[in-house]
Amino acid sequence: MPERVSATPPVLGLLERLAARYGPLVIHQSGGCCDGSSPICLPAVELPPAPGDVLLGTIGETPVYVDGEQDRRWQEPDLLIDVAPGAAMGFSLEGVESMHLVGLAR
Amino acid sequence: MAVAVDTPTVFAAPGQPGSLVELKSRYENFIGGAWVAPSAGEYRENLTPVTAEPFCEVAHSTPADVELALDAAHAAKSGWGRTSPAERADVLEAIADAMQENLEMLAVAESWENGKPVRETLAADLPLAIDHFRYFAGAVRAEEGAISEIDEHTYAYHFREPLGVVGQIIPFNFPLLMAAWKLAPALAGGNCTVIKPASPTPWSLLKLAEAIEDVVPPGVLNIVNGSGAEVGRALGSSRRIAKIAFTGETVTGRLIMGYAAQNLIPSTTELGGKSPNVFFEDILAADDELLDKAIEGLVLYAFNKGEVCTCPSRALIQESIYDEFMGRALERIREIRQGNPLDPSTQIGPQVSQTQLEKIESYVKIGLDEGAELLIGGHAPAMEGELEGGYYFEPTVLKGHNSMRVFQEEIFGPVLAVTTFRDEREALEIANDTIYGLGAGVWTRDGSRAFRMGRGIEAGRVWTNCYHLYPAGATFGGYKSSGVGRENHRMMLDHYTQTKCLLVSYDPKPLGFF
Repeated sequence: MPERVSATPPVLGLLERLAARYGPLVIHQSGGCCDGSSPICLPAVELPPAPGDVLLGTIGETPVYVDGEQDRRWQEPDLLIDVAPGAAMGFSLEGVESMHLVGLAR
Repeated sequence: MAVAVDTPTVFAAPGQPGSLVELKSRYENFIGGAWVAPSAGEYRENLTPVTAEPFCEVAHSTPADVELALDAAHAAKSGWGRTSPAERADVLEAIADAMQENLEMLAVAESWENGKPVRETLAADLPLAIDHFRYFAGAVRAEEGAISEIDEHTYAYHFREPLGVVGQIIPFNFPLLMAAWKLAPALAGGNCTVIKPASPTPWSLLKLAEAIEDVVPPGVLNIVNGSGAEVGRALGSSRRIAKIAFTGETVTGRLIMGYAAQNLIPSTTELGGKSPNVFFEDILAADDELLDKAIEGLVLYAFNKGEVCTCPSRALIQESIYDEFMGRALERIREIRQGNPLDPSTQIGPQVSQTQLEKIESYVKIGLDEGAELLIGGHAPAMEGELEGGYYFEPTVLKGHNSMRVFQEEIFGPVLAVTTFRDEREALEIANDTIYGLGAGVWTRDGSRAFRMGRGIEAGRVWTNCYHLYPAGATFGGYKSSGVGRENHRMMLDHYTQTKCLLVSYDPKPLGFF
């Protein structure tokens, strides 16, 4: 399966630091309100993929998933993940570095 | 809600000479009825989106502070849980009274921190929040248990008992109103709470706490600020809470429900929507007040700069009236006054954060790349003076079709996606073609059609010939992927209590098995 996700170099460094602190990670592309369109980075053990989730690929060691129905409705875009200043509003781990992930459809 | 007549006076920003809002340089957590410094001693600058300048510092807490708050809540829970409904109602009324006395102050604080126009906070956010506490004060007085007569000797007495200590995580879009929606039923039910405000809006709830700290018993209400990654996760996953309530995006919603499953506790979640607002051709049959109301009903996508879970962000207009109806709506949109939200004549302020602004810009680009037609707006306007750095975005309308991403994903900004339909069947099909189901609007002069559509739309709230009304006593919550549970109604007391059954036999005779 071709990789549908890629990341900017700063994301790779960020994920390495977070993995050193929290252990293996997972990224889920979110939907819904507030910071709803953001990729959410979590300790892998805290949110295993659901049966309907689609694996978009991996960034370094970190798998990236999206809800299958959401993916279909978003017309199955390739995703470029970047990081920007400003703490993530939700539970995403990069918030501890006052950063937030940004998911850009390509 | 009735919007007050415009006044020329611009409210002074918090901390400025003549402001209604006293401002300290730094705010701690509110734990056990006292102001408690975060244990790691860290604070974060809190920005106003109006100018993008910091205006105070707020505690940047760690999981240790969540434990302190839980300690205080657990210490208070048996005392608070034993208070009579009348005593709890008194406390809720006292909160409402204190908010009423400080209404303008809190409205200005809320506008400054969130960016929402003060005409909205004065006329909607604060009056609704105050009424919410009064509603639950009344509701809890009227609660009754139930008795079942199993047989002439055996009776089941059902009591409502508090859950104990609950965790609540609220969003940035209505910091005070969403706090009221969660606090009022929790406290009415006899629970103590630890609440975490959203990271971009940690402060206005602390101003409320200052106003009510003398009327709420210590430990009943505890507020801890910090990042979602540290504080939100520590609270949501804690084994020391008996329920978790969350409003936010879908992945964290899943995560919260997962924590609840692991800890075997209940959860309620509200996760957003992509609400259809459906306009039938008969709405244009007369040029009257209802038509005027319907046009405003479409423009309500810009209410609170579109940062509303039930934002009517998809307008579905019957094709026979599209040109005339949309033309009139665009005139109204063109007249929206954008600027300093502390000016009572301002109708749209800045988005809550740079992050939100960037997301909105990227969605407009996605829409245009998909082939949507830009009818108005589409840019971050050039603001002048102190507003130059703020996070403003023009009210925007994109015309396209329902399979486009801008029709399927929640943008959480003043961006309306508009499309047309031929007949009622197609209107219903488009309305329901979404993974969400939080809100919807139906506009028609035909009562039977309104009823059919209202029953047919898969959403928890269908406004009929109105939109964006949130009176206490009308349930609010999602169908489909928009979350689980209801707010804004006395049935919330079911979410915040558990049922005790005393099964009593008045028959002295043994069963006879042994």
